[in-house]
Amino acid sequence: MPRRRDQARASARGYRETAVRRSGLGAAGEQWSGLPRPVRAFSPALLLLLIAATYPYYVASLPSGNVPLIYSFPSVRSAVTILVFTTMAVGLNVVVGYCGLLDLGYVAFYAIGAYTAGWLASGQFQQVKFHFGSVGISHDARGIHISIWLVLVLAALLTALGGIAIGLPTLRLRGDYLAIVTLGFGEIIPQFVRNADSLHGFDLTHGTFGISPIDSPGFGSSLNSAVGLPVAYSQEFTADRLFFWTALAILIITIVCCIRLRDSRLGRAWIAIREDETAAGAMGIPLMRTKTWAYAIGAFFGGCAGAFIASFNAGAFPSQFNFNISVFLLCMVILGGMGSIWGVVIAGAILSWLNVEGLANIGTWLNNNIFPASHQIEVAKYQFGIYGIIIVLMMMFRPVGLIPERRRKREIEEGGHGTLDDGIYEMRTANEPGAGERGAGGPGPRG
Amino acid sequence: MGLGFVALFGVWLLYNLFDNPTDFFNIFLIGLTQGSVYALVPLGYTLVYGILQLINFAHGDVFALTGLFASTLITSVFKLDETSAALTIVGGLLATFLIAMVFGALVNATIELVAYRRLRSAPRLAVLITAVGMSFIVQNISLAIFGVNFRSVPSLVSDGNVFSIGGVHYNWQSFFVILVTFPVLVLLTWLVKSTRQGKAMRATSQDPEASAMMGINVNRTISFTFLLAGALAGVGAVLFLVEFNIRYDTGFELGLIAFTAAVLGGIGNLSGAVLGSIIIGMIQAFNEGPFLWAPGSDWTRSIVFGILIAILVFRPEGLLGERTPEGG
Repeated sequence: MPRRRDQARASARGYRETAVRRSGLGAAGEQWSGLPRPVRAFSPALLLLLIAATYPYYVASLPSGNVPLIYSFPSVRSAVTILVFTTMAVGLNVVVGYCGLLDLGYVAFYAIGAYTAGWLASGQFQQVKFHFGSVGISHDARGIHISIWLVLVLAALLTALGGIAIGLPTLRLRGDYLAIVTLGFGEIIPQFVRNADSLHGFDLTHGTFGISPIDSPGFGSSLNSAVGLPVAYSQEFTADRLFFWTALAILIITIVCCIRLRDSRLGRAWIAIREDETAAGAMGIPLMRTKTWAYAIGAFFGGCAGAFIASFNAGAFPSQFNFNISVFLLCMVILGGMGSIWGVVIAGAILSWLNVEGLANIGTWLNNNIFPASHQIEVAKYQFGIYGIIIVLMMMFRPVGLIPERRRKREIEEGGHGTLDDGIYEMRTANEPGAGERGAGGPGPRG
Repeated sequence: MGLGFVALFGVWLLYNLFDNPTDFFNIFLIGLTQGSVYALVPLGYTLVYGILQLINFAHGDVFALTGLFASTLITSVFKLDETSAALTIVGGLLATFLIAMVFGALVNATIELVAYRRLRSAPRLAVLITAVGMSFIVQNISLAIFGVNFRSVPSLVSDGNVFSIGGVHYNWQSFFVILVTFPVLVLLTWLVKSTRQGKAMRATSQDPEASAMMGINVNRTISFTFLLAGALAGVGAVLFLVEFNIRYDTGFELGLIAFTAAVLGGIGNLSGAVLGSIIIGMIQAFNEGPFLWAPGSDWTRSIVFGILIAILVFRPEGLLGERTPEGG
């Protein structure tokens, strides 16, 4: 046995060497393949991270105005929003991509997170005065003021509880019924926060005006004098940069957690449920508990991102939360490839950039350079129509997404797993009604 | 637990009946009218769900697009208003109904042809996601053509009273809705129960493979179902237009209400859809009525969705439906 393994290793090395020689990289390639595997695996991510982390330093020197197609590069302020929405997309990916539960109400988690930040770090509750690690505000300020760092965790935990509360009664439903129930929650919770300004005379959410101002994060004066960390972001001249780095840190933590989760026992259970719920149940996976965990963890990241963006915008307003946001996030997951973290990150970054300023910028560039003054178009007005087109086209022509998850791609390439569609989601089995539909409509383009 | 809620609601209704009978009956009639306006839209969901097991999210937006189209017909093409002669109004409305039906049917069938047909063998969630995408596309088409403003038509039907007993009034405008809805429902029942095409529809929804073997053209039957659903949405849209205002995004919310009605009645079940919409119309009217402890119109949406969730959790097969595996 050991000898055979050596042989295999040798032949693998030989193959690699030929590949390197053939690719013409020569000595540099040789050195590269000589590096330990972890280094090779992580360096693209590190390089990406380096480019992202130093963005505030070189954004000013990038050309702005009339860059072909994109008009200008996103400002640091826009980049914060982009990062936060990408974080939410990665969170939604746990529910939709890993576990195969279509969630059309993810905005509910965003809202719960944002309002938790509003309750725990603002002057909303004038009846009480409670300070815990708050920075950047007067010590006499009324209301609950807890340190934002703690609030981020609390909001995430509370939202996870909310996810469990929504999940427990509904997760025994499958497929489209579950989608509709989540959609219902996604509509109820924003309406609740809009209307809950006088629950028996008690102002919980301040109605349509929303909760504002919400405290900003910071490290307090003792850390400031000791290591020079900022006292409170909002008082700093470079507030946008600080928010940017914090958002990047949250995104990276989310990505790392999601990668580790995917490879964990729980993650493999999720994927098993996604592939075939009945078979997974028969293999002894506790379906309800596993699915509820997916909900809770997806909600956790959504809540954390929601609380952070509330702190960044210094407010939580009910008009931020509507069905469109849920679909927008879903669109990121679909475009990137359900279950594929890097795909979702890239698609999330692109789509949220389009949402924040990209579409408007592209419209400006097109109007300046292509369309005559008499035929100007408003691209940004039709943003959701554009997302709709993206969703439909992806579903029709590339349902696995731009960067498919490796596991799924392998299944497709090996071809031992039926057609491309089989098992991406629940498979119809013979005893389900409508089972015969597969292929009944004549040979479809992909049937 | 579910029964407990229903019982509580019944007690609340009885209390209001004895507390203020006049208001109660007035609100009851408003609810009936609202329910009848809704009734034709859930039928579209139910028909399509019955045959494809697909929640056609785009249905509500087809409804809105057709309604906007009909408003243009009434105000710009036929130029109807309160002063037109009675015969002109009747003729114009009839023509509007017919054209709106054809328009809605064509739009709906086109959506099926372009988007859903390619996905016939794809997993169900892929089609569902496509439907959400189509909904946004249709909504944006309405936005591009008709702009962001609400459209309304002049009140073409007299709002004089049909009858007035005590303080209870029932006007022609409300009666008009029922006058249109019920013949359409009878016609639909006949179409589904007695015609060859209706039989093909029922067969396909039971077992598409077997019906294909029996020589039924499944694709054509599905197209026919979408045509039918679109035509019903067309009639519903004109009725809605006569009663209320319409805008590019009206369809989304109404679609959700209609879907709730379809689920309430038991999805896939035609009479269930009508029953469901009458109940939803009533709930809406009573909720917004001047009653003790009525939460008010701010909460209507939450209540409708609350009902939707409660039904899916406690009785996923609906009031008249049969149990499906999705209900777990």
